[in-house]
Amino acid sequence: MVVTTSWYLTLGAILFSMGAVGLLTRRNPLIMIMCVELMLNAVNLTFVSLGSALGDLGGQLSVFFVLVVAASEVVVGLAVVVAIMRRRQGATVDDLSVLRG
Amino acid sequence: MDAAVFLISAVIILVGAGGVLVARNPVHAALFLVQTLFGVSVLFVLQDATFLAAVQIIVYAGAVVILFLFVIMLLGVDRSENLDVEPIVGQRPVAAIVGASLLGMLLTALLVSVDGPTGAHAANTPLGDAADNTRLLGESLFTDYVFAVELTAILLTIAVIGAVVLARRVRGPLAPLPVVVVASAADEAPQGDDGQPDVAGMTDGDDAGEGA
Repeated sequence: MVVTTSWYLTLGAILFSMGAVGLLTRRNPLIMIMCVELMLNAVNLTFVSLGSALGDLGGQLSVFFVLVVAASEVVVGLAVVVAIMRRRQGATVDDLSVLRG
Repeated sequence: MDAAVFLISAVIILVGAGGVLVARNPVHAALFLVQTLFGVSVLFVLQDATFLAAVQIIVYAGAVVILFLFVIMLLGVDRSENLDVEPIVGQRPVAAIVGASLLGMLLTALLVSVDGPTGAHAANTPLGDAADNTRLLGESLFTDYVFAVELTAILLTIAVIGAVVLARRVRGPLAPLPVVVVASAADEAPQGDDGQPDVAGMTDGDDAGEGA
């Protein structure tokens, strides 16, 4: 059996959807950020697969920048979580609707 | 051989992702996340993206997940949470439907509507073999994409400063988060302030109770 690009794309799609479902169902902000990481990894996998399918280094270059953005997103997101949790222990995202309107 | 590696990695990835979804304890979720990241890294090696595989392990498993665990321990939220209750009625079925439709759309877009990936093959940045991968990436990053690399440096600096500003210790008592009172609940229970236990903003409720 030869591993074709479609296999990687399918796996990436499944991983992305699982991350999206987790983002929609979980209430813990930390786990929601982890689900965002899952989705970013699915996209990274897709980038690399399409890059190797087309013989282009651009896919891997894009992944490099996605990694940087993901790292900064985690840093800022976790700082926000720390700042919120310090004011209210055990807060879930349902408690954090104070920014609306 | 490739197929075996792919299938084993795929199982590792999907089990890890499922673990993140259903883990009650955030620490377990973080460890399942490491499992998924490791599987993705194996798939990077399988596609000759050796530099990214190493970076995936070092940055994600080494730094990001450690940061997650650090925050979990710092906040003391490493307790199991009860997943049996559904905070919003019908949330999980709707989320499952949304996820399934997303998956269907993605698979349709990726596999059915086009016959594999389309596009021009690279002229400027050819993909070398695994041994050349790091050199080619470095050359490309620091010649063609040097402006983007500088921008990511600025982005990382901003992120670090933002994290410090957000998480620094504030002098004096912390302002409590305002409590949003739903209008209908307030109408039907004029002195039923026990609906909002032990949260900040109790003083408003007490005043209202005494006035009534």
